[in-house]
Formats: sequence, structure tokens, C-alpha cells
Amino acid sequence: MTIGVKKVARPEKMSFGESLYLLEIMKGLAVTMGHFLHNIAHNKDIPTIEYPEVRRTMPARFRGCHRLMKRPDGSPRCVACYMCATACPAKCITIVAGESPDPAVEKYPVRFDIDMLRCVFCGQCVEACPCDAIRMDTGWHTPPEDTREKLIYMIDKLLEK
Amino acid sequence: MPNFTINGIAATVPDGTTILSAAHTIGIEIPHYCYHPKLSIAGNCRMCLVEVEKFPKLQIACNTVVTEGMVVRSDTEKVRKAVTGVLELMLIHHPVDCPICDQAGECGLQNYYMKFGLHKSRYDLEDKVHKKKVQDIGGQIVLDAERCILCSRCVRFLQEITKTGEMDFFQRADHSEISIFPGRKLDNDYTGNLADICPVGALTSKDFRFKCRVWFLSGVESICPGCSNGCNIVADFKGDILYRLKPRRNDDVNQTWMCDLGRLEYRKANESRLLVPVLREGGKPVAASWDEVLMTSAMRFREAAEKHGPGSVAVIASPQSSNEELFLAKKLASEILKTETIGFTSRTPGDGLSDDFLIKADKTPNSRGAQLLGFAEEGFGRAVKAISDGKIRALLIFGTALSDLSDAEVESLLSKVPFVAHVGTGDGAVSRAAHAVLPSASFAERGGTFTNFAGRVQRFRRGFAPRGKARNDIEIIVGLANRLGAGWKFDGEESVFKALSEASAPFSGMSYESLGSGGQAVAEGR
Ligand code: SF4
Ligand code: SF4
Ligand code: SF4
Ligand code: SF4
Ligand code: FES
Repeated sequence: MTIGVKKVARPEKMSFGESLYLLEIMKGLAVTMGHFLHNIAHNKDIPTIEYPEVRRTMPARFRGCHRLMKRPDGSPRCVACYMCATACPAKCITIVAGESPDPAVEKYPVRFDIDMLRCVFCGQCVEACPCDAIRMDTGWHTPPEDTREKLIYMIDKLLEK
Repeated sequence: MPNFTINGIAATVPDGTTILSAAHTIGIEIPHYCYHPKLSIAGNCRMCLVEVEKFPKLQIACNTVVTEGMVVRSDTEKVRKAVTGVLELMLIHHPVDCPICDQAGECGLQNYYMKFGLHKSRYDLEDKVHKKKVQDIGGQIVLDAERCILCSRCVRFLQEITKTGEMDFFQRADHSEISIFPGRKLDNDYTGNLADICPVGALTSKDFRFKCRVWFLSGVESICPGCSNGCNIVADFKGDILYRLKPRRNDDVNQTWMCDLGRLEYRKANESRLLVPVLREGGKPVAASWDEVLMTSAMRFREAAEKHGPGSVAVIASPQSSNEELFLAKKLASEILKTETIGFTSRTPGDGLSDDFLIKADKTPNSRGAQLLGFAEEGFGRAVKAISDGKIRALLIFGTALSDLSDAEVESLLSKVPFVAHVGTGDGAVSRAAHAVLPSASFAERGGTFTNFAGRVQRFRRGFAPRGKARNDIEIIVGLANRLGAGWKFDGEESVFKALSEASAPFSGMSYESLGSGGQAVAEGR
């Protein structure tokens, strides 16, 4: 079933029938009832699915949840260059850079948060990273959480995957 | 006055002008690294190559003097190829660690690579010569020898400007390396300038290190509030946080330099700020609205003057205030409060370091302005005496610190006054002793002018809105005066400056327009 857009022009003045309201409410309920009965009769065509038991197959090139890559020794590959934060159109990446104890690394992210609620999943951050330190996973989207705080992914969460 | 043409544009320049500066004056930029307007010419980077008619080879624009009838071209294919070649040579051993380099975004190599380079490296990564990175060489500087392009600006700066000569080149050829002499540290008060003049990320600021990427910053023309020299600066900020101060060229004041102490002045605008108006009745501080503090202060001043005569009111101005603010403070004191107990002091805690270059012993930006606008240093002594004699019933005090008095001294002095109203940016002994705290804007949050030690009036501009509930001083003074029945209609610093220039002889004929970005000397010094 395709979902289209139907433009309804707003009348300048309501007719007598419309100004009675009750009549219009009946008409509205009739539409709802119509869909209800139609859906019972054509069960297979309903566009909604019973998530999480049923899941959509994601397109092969879908990129969702972020992860930060690690060096062989387990430290973050990210050097806190802010390229991703600069490229991000949603301004949802917050980085605080610090002096790394390892002089060969020099700069590392003390803090690296992505606000998944603000992210628009455009992939610009992955594109911008000069170190291949940030990637987005295929096959799954941001899992739902019950608080906003849990959806601001901190560096530990981004690295643990 | 030789006539010459560059890229087909004819021009006449004074004798002895080099092609590079002649081109600059007519708006043609010739790429350069080693040339710096305030240092001797080294001619070693070869970025400024141009074609000069009748010369068989390309010439360096920074060290070729314009002669009569010279025909110069900087836009030919030959020049482009040569410049690209020079750039490629410089990048052969360059680490290109832009992601972790603080210079990125304002780097000479990045900028010219985008303009003239765009080549692929023909050199194997493994063959690059490595040099010492992350060296703390003292002062405000971190050295990364690998990123150096051997332009010698730093060496010349340390020989010609500070005359301390701590750095030089060592080794030969590919292994040539900029370094500090063994066992030495940068030992002068101007080290921060090295980070500014280094065209690449070899010398970067220790203080600014990794704090912010430069492309997130916005800059505003300002004046260093660190001493009475009034060095012209650009204040770089993001949101309502100041990140760094950099010198701005003004050949009459600071050329292109500033001192290390001044560079750290930005911290005061970020730290321990007063952000909300406070009333302290019966010893307990309570946050209040602006209307409440202004109303209460006005009432207490009126009360004191009515009960004990205008002699019971005193105003202590601050040389941290702008000319405009001082003008209004003076007007408030003499026209509205009608007191003669007024004064200011340029004394500050600390040893008052000074030298014969930029740094002045007077650590305030506007004591000259305070004097010119009718506040006297002697007045401060008189005011303090009146306070300790218990004659002052209401005191209006500007500025964060009170002279070089210790916290305990400030406390015992101010405890003698039944009502102290404090207009200041920072928390301290004065604000803790005050009965009304009127938080004011930092130098980056308001506009105005300072008069430096030599009587030069210079503008500083507002970068961003005052933090928290702080307000600019003009609004505060006008608010107070109008609650005392003044009926003033000043609207922003420009209108105040206009009134000031009409009322005060040394400033006569000046306007924000005539000050421009470089400032103007007051009448007596003109
Ligand atoms: S995917 Fe796009 S919106 Fe999300 S963090 Fe990356 S750049 Fe920002
Ligand atoms: S672009 Fe890559 S290296 Fe740079 S801060 Fe983002 S994740 Fe880290
Ligand atoms: S000096 Fe310039 S080119 Fe070199 S690493 Fe730093 S920003 Fe990049
Ligand atoms: S450190 Fe910087 S200023 Fe000094 S020679 Fe190298 S590139 Fe030039
Ligand atoms: S600027 Fe002319 S050689 Fe360096």
C-alpha cells in the first residue's frame, strides 16, 4: 500500500452542515471505520509491522549505529582532530581533546560523545575522518532506550563494540 | 620614486621598496614564508619567486628592489611551476600530521598547498627523515622540529627583536633541524609571538594547545587590558569563552607583537566571574534582580547624601574601565552625587614588571584616560583616609581588585562603610565585602576606548554578549544615575563617546570614525 499525500483545501467559511460539528465527526468516524474494516479484510496489506518480533530487512548499504575503532593496543584510533564534529550537519558530536601519555600519539579524545537523538545518520563523520577511526554499522539501527541520557553515546560505549 | 608594472598594472612606489611589498600595496599577494614585515629579509624559502623582464632567472620578490621601468609578472606558468616545485620540496619530509596539529586551519603549508600544490607525493613514506616532536622549549612554546620548513623567522625574531638568540639550525641538508641551544630554555617575555610568526605548526602555543580548532573561533578587534601600553590585539572566542589573544599590527604601538603576560589576560574574562546581581543585607548574600540592586543602591546613596551631606559619599573609579565609563562615572559623582571624594589607583598586586620594549609597569589599560577625565591618583589616598576615618556612609567602587591591598586589608577597610556598591567583573575581596554587587561585562563583552600611557585613544570592540546576567558598565551607571533622577539618554558607547569628546578638551574632535582601528593620540600629545 502506498502512502500518498492528499491536499485538503480549507474552506473560507463553514457551511451550515459543517458548523453543526456532530455531522462532521460522524463523517470522520466513518472514514476510520472504513479503514478498520478494510484492514481486517485485507490483513496482508497493513504497512505497520509488529516490531520487535518482526523486523524489516535493512538495505545492504544502510549505515546506522556509530563505533570508534581501536588501535592494536586497545587505545582509541581517534586523534581528536574534530573533522567529524566539523562535518556533522547536526552538530551532535562533542569532543574534548587531551595530551596523550604516549608521545607517539600526542592527541587523543578525553571525551567523545555522540547524541544519537540528534544524529541524522548522514555518514559525513565517517567520510570526514582522516584516521578511519569512526565507522557506522550495517544491519541495525540505534536500539531504543527509555531515557535521553542513554542515547548520548559516550566514548566507552562507542569503543566497546 | 620608480615606476613599474606588475601583472600589467602600473604603479609608482617609494625608492627602495621590494617587489613583494610593492605588490602588496596594490593588492597583489605574492606567496611567502620567510618574509616578515618586522624582521630582516632572509630570502631563503624561495616561495616568492616572480618573473622580472630581462632577468634570465626568476627572482625572489621579497629581496628584489623595484627599479625604474621594471616589468614584473607573478601570474605566469613559469612562476606557478617554480612555486609548486618549492612547495613540493618543502613537503618532502613534512609529517603532514594536520589532524593533531594546532596550526591546521591557519597553516601556510595548507593554504599554499590548496593554491599552488595539489600534487601527489612522489616520496615514499618510509624515506621521510624524522625529527624530534613535542619538545617543551620553555616560555609558551611547544616545538615540533619535523614540521619546520626552515624559514628562520623564529631565529631572526630571537636575534633581532628579543635579542636573546635561544634558537638556531643544527645539522645539514635533509637533517637540518630547528632547535634550542642545548641546556637552554626560551628566556624572554615575548615567546608567544613565535607561535604567531611560525608559518607552520612547528612552533605552537602551549597554552592554546588542543583547546579548540581555530576554525571554530571568531575574532574581534580589541586592546590588551594587561598594561598601559595598549597593544592592539584580536580576541578569539567561541560562544562566550575567550580562547586566546593575538597581536594585531599597529606600527605606532606594538608593531606586530605582544608580551606573554598580556596573552594570558583572556583568562580573567573566563574565570571567577560575577554573574548575578547580589544584595547583601545583614551579612547574607541574596541574588536579586537588576532593578532591585539598582533601586537599593540609588536609595542608599540618596539617603547617605541627605542625612550626612554629599561628603559622605565616595566613588572609586577603575583604570580597567573605558574612557566612556569613566566619563559617566565622573559625571555621576560630580553632577548627581555631588561628591568630591573621588579617585582611582593604578596600583595592582604584583611586582609591576616592565622593560624598554612593550611591557609597562602600570598594569592597567586606562590610567591615562582616568587622569584625563578628572580622576586623580591622589584622590584615592584621600578617599581611603575618609573611609578609614569612618566619614564615608556610601561608597561606589569599580573594578575587581582594590589597589594592591590584601584581602584582609580590603575587608577591614570596607567594613567601615555602611553601604558599598561594587561594579566589577571578578569575584574577590571587594565583591565579598560589598552590600550590592553589580556584575559587569569583561573587555570582550563590551565596547569602548582605552587611552594608553602615551595618550593614544584606541577602540576595543564587543565580541559577544555579557555572560550570565552581567551588564555593560555604561548601562549600569546610567541605570543608577537615572534612578537618582538624572534623566540621561545615553544609548551605547558611541553616544557616550560623542558627549565625552564634546565635554573633554583632550578628546575634542575625536569620533569612533576618526579613531578607526589604529587609534588616535589625545590633543596634548598630538
Ligand atoms: S552521521 Fe551525520 S549527523 Fe550523525 S554524527 Fe555523523 S555526521 Fe553527525
Ligand atoms: S574525524 Fe576521526 S580522528 Fe578526527 S575526531 Fe573524528 S573520529 Fe576522531
Ligand atoms: S604544519 Fe601545517 S601542514 Fe604541517 S601538519 Fe601542521 S597543519 Fe598540517
Ligand atoms: S620553527 Fe617555524 S619559524 Fe622557525 S624556522 Fe621553522 S618554520 Fe620557520
Ligand atoms: S619570502 Fe622571499 S624567499 Fe622567502
